[in-house]
Amino acid sequence: MATAPEIVGNSNPIMDKKKRYSAGVLKYRQMGYWDADYVPKETDTICLFRITPQEGVDPIEAAAAVAGESSTATWTVVWTDRLTACDSYRAKAFKVEPVPGIPGQYFAWVAYDLILFEEGSIANMTASLIGNVFSFKPLKAARLEDIRIPVAYLKTFKGPPTGIVVERERLDKFGRPLLGATTKPKLGLSGRNYGRVVYEGLKGGLDFMKDDENINSQPFMHWRDRFLYVMDAVNKASAATGEVKGSYLNITAATMEDMYERAEFAKELGSIIVMVDLVIGWTAIQSMANWCRKHDMLMHMHRAGHGTYTRQKNHGVSFRVIAKWLRLAGCDHLHTGTAVGKLEGDPLTVQGYYNVCRDSYTKQDLPRGLFFDQDWADLKKVMPVASGGIHAGQMHQLLDLFGDDVILQFGGGTIGHPAGIQAGAVANRVALECMVKARNEGKDIANEGPEILKKAAQFCTPLKQALDTWGDITFNYTSTDTSDYAVTPTASN
Amino acid sequence: MMTNPTGRLTQGQFSFLPDLTDAEIALQIEYGLKKGYAWAVEYTDDPHPRNTYWEMFGMPMFDLNDAAGVMLELKSCRDTFPTHYIRLVAFDSTRGVETIAMSFIVNRPPVEPGFGLVRQETNGRTMRYTIRGYEAERAEGERYRK
Repeated sequence: MATAPEIVGNSNPIMDKKKRYSAGVLKYRQMGYWDADYVPKETDTICLFRITPQEGVDPIEAAAAVAGESSTATWTVVWTDRLTACDSYRAKAFKVEPVPGIPGQYFAWVAYDLILFEEGSIANMTASLIGNVFSFKPLKAARLEDIRIPVAYLKTFKGPPTGIVVERERLDKFGRPLLGATTKPKLGLSGRNYGRVVYEGLKGGLDFMKDDENINSQPFMHWRDRFLYVMDAVNKASAATGEVKGSYLNITAATMEDMYERAEFAKELGSIIVMVDLVIGWTAIQSMANWCRKHDMLMHMHRAGHGTYTRQKNHGVSFRVIAKWLRLAGCDHLHTGTAVGKLEGDPLTVQGYYNVCRDSYTKQDLPRGLFFDQDWADLKKVMPVASGGIHAGQMHQLLDLFGDDVILQFGGGTIGHPAGIQAGAVANRVALECMVKARNEGKDIANEGPEILKKAAQFCTPLKQALDTWGDITFNYTSTDTSDYAVTPTASN
Repeated sequence: MMTNPTGRLTQGQFSFLPDLTDAEIALQIEYGLKKGYAWAVEYTDDPHPRNTYWEMFGMPMFDLNDAAGVMLELKSCRDTFPTHYIRLVAFDSTRGVETIAMSFIVNRPPVEPGFGLVRQETNGRTMRYTIRGYEAERAEGERYRK
């Protein structure tokens, strides 16, 4: 490990008021943004940043700067601070540690007083926590790794419009993961052709079909046309199977007015669910969550765009933080990764995201990247969605990793089935049910999974065809985002 | 006869698998008991997807921790309602869950005619949909008889 610069060092805020507020430039640590003895209050928000200071910048000064720039500081001393109870508005960096095994990077813990954030506003919280600070020159890079949200602040949010429990009750589906698929190709299908795919998938045995993130209202398919055909498919499939079915109607649009219009039409047609993309922004998300709560509608969140700020380990915002904010802001489904599919994700790290969505109380769990205990104070739970490059042959791994409360989405793995979409859906449903049954019977599915699938394929030709087609497909690439903390676990608060 | 790939009602955890034997059902019950769930037997002759309240065949068995006891109740329900749909339902009373944790069908009528879709054309191209069970046209207790 690289030699860490001296970081336990003296906290040296200037106590003399006259000196502290005389015009000029002080170090952030001298301005009161660093306090090694600070003990966070129960009502404080605590952030863990991973920072990479520029050459020659002392890590404590860098941490203090993060605290400063994400709360009250400006680059110079201002006398107007003295008109306020300024100490309570200053975020306080209180601990800095080198990141194990990665020279030049530090974990910095920063505490924020309850008064800093407007009640029930993720937009306000994020404007502070990931506002100016991420462009701050003395840092080469900064990443918000995790956040502890105090119950006092958490209770100002309504959270998911529906939640896992009520969703299952509405759908009448219990004791197994839900199954979905994204309608493909993403672009170019007419409304009529699009509805065909939805009908075949649902009748074949899936619970949900899904619009893709970039299906809105393009020239090849107007949104109303899509909604009308899709809802015919949903209801027809429901009658054919005797099950409640749904298809996530993507209402993402240019303006809130457009989104409300699309949501109203989805409701009028009897859809149980609408969908939005993360790119609509925090304010729009909270508005749509309110609408969904008011109209008994499930809200599916596609995390389109998140990779631009979650993927790089040294800069941005970890997805576990985004997931926490989204649970507060309110969505019922959230794409959280597959671990075994085509998209980024180390299995333990991905499990950490799932825990954030589903826990009543999240325990600190460093290998899973969870740095804090988080009491969710009975906030409703979000159903995680595993989607992207997964297939029936991985059913044992998926069930073993994620348990029952998850939606497994096999897009290509349904629609690309050699015998057709219904056959693809059957293969996935049979693989799922036989694996749940085997697990409940006490079988070691992680190891016996392939055998269990093979056995089920004896009575189910579509499953056999799926295994023959995709059985050997894996995506074994090194993850870019793993927890670095497992090396030297210590308490973090 | 329903036209979905299974040819039958696909509610519950295991409708796509061959019918579970009594021994296999007992294993599922044991799994639930180990998790602390309470089992209940429910039956209906109206399996509409939104018919939430199937009839309770007695109370949920909160204090029972032996699969054989649940199997006895199931046998008794099957003897009484041989051509009804019967499901086993497990309740989880954990705070923050407090709902059904498992549910699967363990008895079916010999023939499952399924549901029709009634379309009512309204304004524009908007449609109102009603799912109607073919057997539901007949009175309760008269359904699913040959």
